[in-house]
Amino acid sequence: MRLEPIPSRSLVRTFGWPAGAVLATVVFASLLVLTAGASPFNVFALVAKGAAGSRFALFETLTRATPLIFTGLAVAVAFRARLWNIGAEGQLYVGAVVTVVLGTGALPLPAAILIPLVMLAVAAAGALLLLGPATLKTRFGVDEVVTTLLLNFIVILFVSMLLEGVLKDPMGLGWPQSERVVAEAQLPRLARGMRLHFGFVLALAAALATWVVMKKTAFGYEMRAVGHNAEAARFAGIPVNRVLMKTALLSGGLAALAGFSEVAGLKGNLTLDLSPGFGYSGIVVAMLAMLNPLGVVAAAIFVAGIFVGADAMSRTAAVPSYIADVLVATALLTMVTAIMLTRYRVRWR
Amino acid sequence: MNDGKSGGARTVLRLDRLTKRFGTLLANDAISLELAEGEIVALLGENGAGKTTLMNILFGHYMADEGTVEAFGRPLPPGDPRAALDAGVGMVHQHFTLADSMTVMENIALGTQPPWKWRLDRRAVRRRIRQLTEDFGLTVDPDKTIASLSVGERQRVEILKALYRDARILILDEPTAVLTPGETEALFRTLKMLVAKGLSILFISHKLGEVMAVSDRVIVLRTGRLVGERQTAKTSRAELAELMVGREIPPPRVSPAMPGMPRLVLDNVSTTAGAGLSPLDGVSLSLHAGEITGLAGVSGNGQAALAALISGMQPPVRGTVLIGGRPVKAWSTRAALAHGIGRIPEDRHAVGSIADMSVVENVIAEAYRTPRFSRFGFLDWKAARAFAQKIIGDYDVKCPSPDMRIRLLSGGNMQKLILGRALDPEPEIILASQPTRGLDVGAVAYVHERLLEARARGAAILLISEDLDEILTLSDRIIVISKGKLSTPSRRGERTVRELGELMAGHGVAGEELAHAS
Repeated sequence: MRLEPIPSRSLVRTFGWPAGAVLATVVFASLLVLTAGASPFNVFALVAKGAAGSRFALFETLTRATPLIFTGLAVAVAFRARLWNIGAEGQLYVGAVVTVVLGTGALPLPAAILIPLVMLAVAAAGALLLLGPATLKTRFGVDEVVTTLLLNFIVILFVSMLLEGVLKDPMGLGWPQSERVVAEAQLPRLARGMRLHFGFVLALAAALATWVVMKKTAFGYEMRAVGHNAEAARFAGIPVNRVLMKTALLSGGLAALAGFSEVAGLKGNLTLDLSPGFGYSGIVVAMLAMLNPLGVVAAAIFVAGIFVGADAMSRTAAVPSYIADVLVATALLTMVTAIMLTRYRVRWR
Repeated sequence: MNDGKSGGARTVLRLDRLTKRFGTLLANDAISLELAEGEIVALLGENGAGKTTLMNILFGHYMADEGTVEAFGRPLPPGDPRAALDAGVGMVHQHFTLADSMTVMENIALGTQPPWKWRLDRRAVRRRIRQLTEDFGLTVDPDKTIASLSVGERQRVEILKALYRDARILILDEPTAVLTPGETEALFRTLKMLVAKGLSILFISHKLGEVMAVSDRVIVLRTGRLVGERQTAKTSRAELAELMVGREIPPPRVSPAMPGMPRLVLDNVSTTAGAGLSPLDGVSLSLHAGEITGLAGVSGNGQAALAALISGMQPPVRGTVLIGGRPVKAWSTRAALAHGIGRIPEDRHAVGSIADMSVVENVIAEAYRTPRFSRFGFLDWKAARAFAQKIIGDYDVKCPSPDMRIRLLSGGNMQKLILGRALDPEPEIILASQPTRGLDVGAVAYVHERLLEARARGAAILLISEDLDEILTLSDRIIVISKGKLSTPSRRGERTVRELGELMAGHGVAGEELAHAS
């Protein structure tokens, strides 16, 4: 079996395959729903309604999409340079820790100064966390997939230690949770009675900024060159290792901001269930977006919508909300295959 | 020894109107050819003429859209790689398919054992090999490991492998690409002996000199079509060249050089072994303005390491690199560029270009940091596009749009872009590493012309090539590299091809080894 690149793609090909991917996902999910003993049409309608059927549902979806945009961007920039950062989850938690360390009253500053300052510190902490694996990779050739992945567990256990120790809220009735961040460090809500917060705006701004970096700057060009062919990039005089280090800083910083936005915008304090795997879902989001920063926003909203919608659906229909995981995973597989098929023709023999 | 042209000889291989299409590309257009017993037929054509496709059909790797293959009067089933082998057709590939750590005998017997016999009957194999070597004069020690053999010997093992499998028809794909002139002559003697014993040989090449020297008949392919068939005795190089290219190609006019001061000097430089690179040990070399220095040598004798050093990919561990008389301290690709070295890499696909990026993005790769293309870290895509358009125009690149991925360009056009990227800033030093490998005759002439132009404006050029003809045509001075060591330079015409061949084989020119070898 061989893949032949297609020089000029037809419209049918460009839209046909992705449409086929959506169809395949729906068909596959329908089979699962049928085995659970419910009507697929009913279930899909409930998922869609739960995700975007009302102003409230839509805002919930956007709220859930906010951390996914940050982690999706983090993964997208790293993967673009072929730096396989699987550690967004850990970087997210480090960002959250820094947020509560600086945001719970340590710095008596007005919001206009405190929030940017905390964000800067958060990004720096996440960047530093990824700098370790990046250094090991560029210096000694240590596989960053392994180091970043394992670092996640170290970070989460470390956070657990902090929440049982120095960061534990004395008023928390013994729960492993931190104190709440002060009002000056909190991100404002975007609408009365809704959970959607200013973090969503920050995420959109981050996506736009990342897009500008990737498309318009010399650094973005370097990242893409290194990602496509590091040897050719080195030959052309691009400092490959330095580019990888800078990419690591950007990626780690973006992922950490997801933690900041969740604590300062939504939860108010740090607990161990802050992230239901936003770091890992970020990989799905980035892949669905084909590593395009603006695509990340759309992909994050799509994935968030399925999760939020499935939660709502499982409350009324007798289908477990785990169907959301299956839907997202199937969508990823079929969509990645479809995207490949728009670019390549498969030849048997 | 063999007349080959006698009409009475039995036809052993017949390709009948083979046609193969890849999408809209017609790779083989109704090609028919016959090979008679005891005959050497040369299949001549440029890269992309369809030679490889034809062989892939013959060996069942591709299925022909139309046409049939017949060996010894029986049709070969299409798409079955074993069929050709079983019918007695053997192939010697350009890149050897030998296991380095195993002995000659093991390599030859490999894959011929029936699976239920788990032990090699060494005595029988040895007897068979001895018989073959005696019959055909292919002397090689069956108990040596492949790693200890020279390239010429390895090729003999490949031929033995085919003979051991009872091949009566041998197909050799560009067999001389890796040989020294002396080894090439020895190969030709072997081939003549093989056909004298009744074998038939199909010799694939794009080198006219060899085709004239060894074949009885020449078949010329161009853009998938059979454009001519000549008896070798009744044709000329010029006629074949014209058939192959479809038009006349004038040889490059080389005016006498006017060498100036040394631009790049390597003083006793050593490097460590890098990825796939042999180390260099105390290499000294100077490149003068307005002069082409040709580095001749058999593939894999340290050319890649020297190219990596000069292009900045591999830093020296000892010794000095002097540019314009001054020693350079930190050596990197960026430093090489900053010191005005224009570099044409050996591998244009893996090193010279980034396949999935656009022509524009590839063209600015060496200069994107300069004020011409970037301000405050932002790239000026308009300027970059304009530059790409300029290169496309100046260097005659056929490409529909500068936003196209460079992967979709042909080899020749890709090389022209890389040439443009390297030569447009008018570098004072040029490293051209295998600049014409795999290019068609037209593109080769173009590259040569541009290098001579650069020489005329005073650039110091190092031309690294495994094609001795290319070195002889272009170089004002020739240096031979063998096992990582450089010979003393010789002026144009100072050494004969034979002497250069001896140097390439690692013998001293006037030493005893030469006397022994001849």
